[in-house]
Amino acid sequence: MTSTSTGVSHLQKLCNQIRRDIVRMVHGCQSGHPGGSLGCTEFFVALYFKIMKHDPKFNMKGEGEDLFFLSNGHISPVWYATLARAGYFDVKELSTFRKLDSRLQGHPATHEHLPGIRIASGSLGQGLSVALGAAQAKKLNKDDRFVYVLMGDGEQQEGQIWEAAMYAAHNKMDNVIATIDYNGQQIDGPVDKILSLLDLKAKWEAFGWNVLDCKGNDLEDVIRTLELANSQARKGKPIMILMKTEMGYGVDYMIGSHKWHGVSPNDDELTKALAQLEECLGDY
Amino acid sequence: MTKLTFTEKKDTRSGFGVGLHELGKKNSNVVALCADLTGSLKMDAFKKEFPERFYQIGIAEANMIGLAAGMTIGGKIPFTGTFANFSTGRVYDQIRQSVAYSGKNVKICASHAGLTLGEDGATHQILEDIGMMKMLPGMTVIVPCDYNQTKAATIALGDHEGPAYLRFGRPSWPIFTADRPFTIGKADKMIDGKDVTIFACGHLVWNAVEAEAQLAAKGISVELINIHTIKPLDVEAILASVEKTRCVVTCEEHQINGGLGDSIAQVLARFNPTPIEMVAVNDSFGESGTPTQLLKKYGLGPENIVAAVEKVLKRKK
Repeated sequence: MTSTSTGVSHLQKLCNQIRRDIVRMVHGCQSGHPGGSLGCTEFFVALYFKIMKHDPKFNMKGEGEDLFFLSNGHISPVWYATLARAGYFDVKELSTFRKLDSRLQGHPATHEHLPGIRIASGSLGQGLSVALGAAQAKKLNKDDRFVYVLMGDGEQQEGQIWEAAMYAAHNKMDNVIATIDYNGQQIDGPVDKILSLLDLKAKWEAFGWNVLDCKGNDLEDVIRTLELANSQARKGKPIMILMKTEMGYGVDYMIGSHKWHGVSPNDDELTKALAQLEECLGDY
Repeated sequence: MTKLTFTEKKDTRSGFGVGLHELGKKNSNVVALCADLTGSLKMDAFKKEFPERFYQIGIAEANMIGLAAGMTIGGKIPFTGTFANFSTGRVYDQIRQSVAYSGKNVKICASHAGLTLGEDGATHQILEDIGMMKMLPGMTVIVPCDYNQTKAATIALGDHEGPAYLRFGRPSWPIFTADRPFTIGKADKMIDGKDVTIFACGHLVWNAVEAEAQLAAKGISVELINIHTIKPLDVEAILASVEKTRCVVTCEEHQINGGLGDSIAQVLARFNPTPIEMVAVNDSFGESGTPTQLLKKYGLGPENIVAAVEKVLKRKK
C-alpha cells in the first residue's frame, strides 16, 4: 500500500497520458463521454497519485484505505484510465471499454468485478448517499481514513443529493470529502438555462457543509484544495469542494461545450485531439 | 401433521422487531436504518440496546437505501425499515442500481404491506411490491405468514448473503407456526392432501387454513403449502405437490399481476401445465376500511379461497 508521493511534472504527464487514453477509448467504441472525463482528469490524477492512501491490490472493504466513489458514473473513461495507470489492472484492458464481455462497462459496475469499483453508478444522485454509508461504516469500524466522492453539477438537480446533504451535516460526517465537477454544462445545454443552481455555494453552506473553491484544471490548485480539505476534515462538518472545470479540457475543439458530453470523435477528430496531447507514458 | 390452530394474535411487524433485536445481540455487524417510522416498524428495542448501530434517517428513503448500500462496503449488514410502499416503489432505482446490480448485502424490511394496512387507504396499501422486487436479478423475496415466521425470517437473513426483501404487515394476526422450521427458499408443507394444492404467502396463509377446514368438511382434501420465499422459488416442492393433486389455487395479498400466482403459473406452464386459480387483488387499488372489511371486499377472504378451489376442481382433468 502506498500513498504515492510524486512530483508535479510527473503528475502533469499522467494527465496528458490519461487524456490520450480517454479520447482513444471513446473513439475505440464510438460511444461514451469524453467531455466530463477530460475536464476532471487533474482531479483523478491528484486523488490517485498524490492524495489518497489506497491499494491497487484491490479489496472491496478497503479497511485502512481512503475510498473513492464516482456518482456521475458517465465519466467512467477518466476513472478507468486512472485506475489502470495506477496499477489496478492492465492498461491494455482499456481497449475493451464499452465492448461485449468487457469489465469496463459503459457506466461503472461491480458486476464484472473490475478492481477499483465498489458500487455501480450512472443513474444520477446516488453516489453521495453511498459514500456517506461507507463513511458511516468507517466511523463504526474506527477506521480513520477518508471517503471521497465526485458528483456532477447537473446532478445537483436530483432530490436525493439534498437528502444526503442534510444527513451528512446532521450526523457530522466529517470524514467525507465531496467534490462537484462545476463545469456549467449538462446534456441539453448550460445548467443555467436548463435548471439553474443559483448560488450553489450558499446552498451547500446553508445545508451545513464546509465549502471550498477550486480551479479544477489547475493541477497544483486541485492538490492544494484537496490537502486543505484533508486538513479541515474531522472538525464536525462534511466538506464540499466546488471545482470549476472546463468540459473537454485539453482538446481545443471540445472545450467548454455540452456538445461533447456524450459524443465520440471520428478518425480525423481523434488525430486532431491526439496531436494536442503528448504521449508520455506509452499508449495502451 | 399437527393441527394448525392459534391461541394468540400478534402483528408480523413485532416479529420483525424482536428478530432484529435478537440478531443485534448475535451479530455486531448488524446495523438498522429507519426513515422516521421506528415505532411502526417495532425497531425500538434494537435502537435502545444498540444506539451506536441504529441510524435515524428522517423522511428520506432514497438516501436510506444508498447509505445502506455504502455501509455494506465496510462489512456491515444493514436492515432498512419503513412502510412497504416507501421501501420499494419510492426507491426502486436506488435499490436496482446501488443494491441489486451492485450485489450489496442490504436487507430491505417492509411493514404495512397490502390491504391489511387498513384505514390509511390506497396511497399506503402497496400491492405491487412483490412483483417489483422479484423482478430484480439476485433479489431474495420473503413474505412470512405470522409473527413467529417473521421473527425467524429476520434472524435467518442475518446469515444470508446478498440483497433481500422482507415483507410483513400491520394487523394483529393469528400465530400458528410455533415450532415449525424456517429455511429461506424451502417451502413449508403445512397440510398434506390429495385433491388440490393451495400455495399461499403472508397473511393469506391463515385464510387458507380457515378455507381448508371448510373444504375438509365438504370432503375435499387440500394440500396447503406456505411459499414464504417467493424468490428463489422452491420449484421442486411445487412440482412434487402438483404431480399428486393436479390442480392449484394461489393466495396472496398482492396484485394478481406480478405476485406469487404469477411465479407459480410460470413454473406450471413450463414444467407441468395444470389448472390454476388465483386469489389476489384483481388489478385495482385498495381503499380505506378495516383489514377484515377490505379482505372481504377485494376477494381475499377464506370464502373466496373455497370458491376458487371449487372452481379449479371443476377444471381438473
